[in-house]
Amino acid sequence: MHTKTLAELGDDLRNRRVSAVEITRHFLDRIERLGAELNAFITVTSEQALAQAAAADRKLAAGEAAALCGIPIAHKDIFCTAGVKTSCGSRMLDNFVSPYDATVVERLAAAGAVMLGKTNMDEFAMGSSNETSYYGPVKNPWDQALVPGGSSGGSAAAVAARLAVAATGTDTGGSIRQPAALSGITGLKPTYGRVSRHGMIAFASSLDQAGPLTRTAADAALMLEAIAGFDEHDSTVLDDPVPPYSRLIEEPWDGVTIGVPENFFDDGLDADNAAAVRAALDELAKLGARLKPIRLDNIGQSVPAYYVVAPAEASSNLSRFDGVRYGYRAPSAEKHDLATFYMRNRGEGFGAEVKRRILTGTYVLSAGYFDAYYLQAQKVRQLISDDFRRAFADVDIVAGPTTPSPAFRIGAKTDDPIEMYLNDIYTIGANLAGLPAMSVPCGFVRGLPVGLQLVGPHLSEALLLKVAHRFQLATDWHARVPPGCA
Amino acid sequence: MLTPDDIRKLGLLARLEVTDGEIADVSAKLTSIVAMVDQLQAVDTAGVEPMAHPLARPQRLRPDVVTETDRHELYQKNAPLVDRDLYLVPKVIE
Repeated sequence: MHTKTLAELGDDLRNRRVSAVEITRHFLDRIERLGAELNAFITVTSEQALAQAAAADRKLAAGEAAALCGIPIAHKDIFCTAGVKTSCGSRMLDNFVSPYDATVVERLAAAGAVMLGKTNMDEFAMGSSNETSYYGPVKNPWDQALVPGGSSGGSAAAVAARLAVAATGTDTGGSIRQPAALSGITGLKPTYGRVSRHGMIAFASSLDQAGPLTRTAADAALMLEAIAGFDEHDSTVLDDPVPPYSRLIEEPWDGVTIGVPENFFDDGLDADNAAAVRAALDELAKLGARLKPIRLDNIGQSVPAYYVVAPAEASSNLSRFDGVRYGYRAPSAEKHDLATFYMRNRGEGFGAEVKRRILTGTYVLSAGYFDAYYLQAQKVRQLISDDFRRAFADVDIVAGPTTPSPAFRIGAKTDDPIEMYLNDIYTIGANLAGLPAMSVPCGFVRGLPVGLQLVGPHLSEALLLKVAHRFQLATDWHARVPPGCA
Repeated sequence: MLTPDDIRKLGLLARLEVTDGEIADVSAKLTSIVAMVDQLQAVDTAGVEPMAHPLARPQRLRPDVVTETDRHELYQKNAPLVDRDLYLVPKVIE
């Protein structure tokens, strides 16, 4: 059952070959057996899941079921889930039970999806390896000594290990695509504003976006259809109509031109990883795509620009966590004055990486530095966006590696923040420019999965999904199973 | 170069305690991060507008009508300390 895709399971459910309760029990068993070693889940919602599955079965019996009805999924613990602990991977929210559902959660529940639980993540989505979580690191199902990527590491590991059919994630600098690549699955970051951020704990408001982690592009299309679209609760959501992605991916594609940024294939990219990505591009050429070398002149400034903008916005967004109305309150706090009260609650509630980013953000926004850092970064961001716009006048999509290398050892990069930040070197540009981007499995390097990244113009998710789907019909990288997860 | 004193000042601005044990490490790491982002200074951005929105869309507005209801009892379930609907914190005025 767990080897089937969302689309296949949906078909089984609608034709009553299997019930939602049976499928849910099957996945809950797998989570119990395999979940602990991977540490992919922070909370497993067994009772709720079975109740949701029973409700889905009633809908299915009445013949009124849609594509996701009865499908067991997991939510990254950054999405507020009513009545269920929502920790954001942090001690700060370890005691927080959300009073409401995020729009993404609501829409998937309305579509009949069954929530198995909340997945582990880097604390407040700040990380590229799922090592900053208060709840401990997540292990990569392909080799448990390695990271699954981050910050949506729990969601990626859960889908890769077949502990959930699909999962939600968020992507601010690559946090869906990078773990998808390192864990051998498909991940999509939609256009900024395509999916509502209501109920999604904010990290960097001009960069954050929710999206699906699945095993196939076809499954991602089904998930995106369910969550995308206007929401009155999010003032940054676009009101553009949501195309029927799952239908559009089947349409013929002719003459797709793929731009390959040659400046990505430099010394920073692992040679075997580069070879796997080039082979994938050749495969796309065989399927009818035209490859064209392009240059993105300012892309080398992505990481510096991001590490000004994202921490700046985070320092503002995380100022609400003060121990007054909810969240961690230090035991000693009562004995202090108000300033110390805040400082101790936040000093103890947040982990080291989060504190570093808040302090960095405070620095770049402080008097005398705002122009030199924040304003300059926002101008560089405009330049990067313009580079993509110029490229898209010539090509339909831009493609290249998702990450500079396959998964690395747990603990290997935790001493040097810059080394960790460089994992996002290829993914960050799409966040800065608000562009939709996907990672699809495209090969193995020394036994570990690597991803091909596809980036499109604003609101081109249908094209990205179509190209990815066509690639997945001709290859089987996405169907490989990690050892012990069959 | 960010000194421990700089870090303490930032900590105060951010209401974030950095302990004596943490301060050396935080100063060193923040110094390297600032050195990295300083690369931005080399980019010629004369005449470039800072990005206001990735899709250059205007801020959506809505009619000024009340749409939410008072659900403070539900929201205060997560409060560390509440008395008669008020959140309790250490004394502010001596």
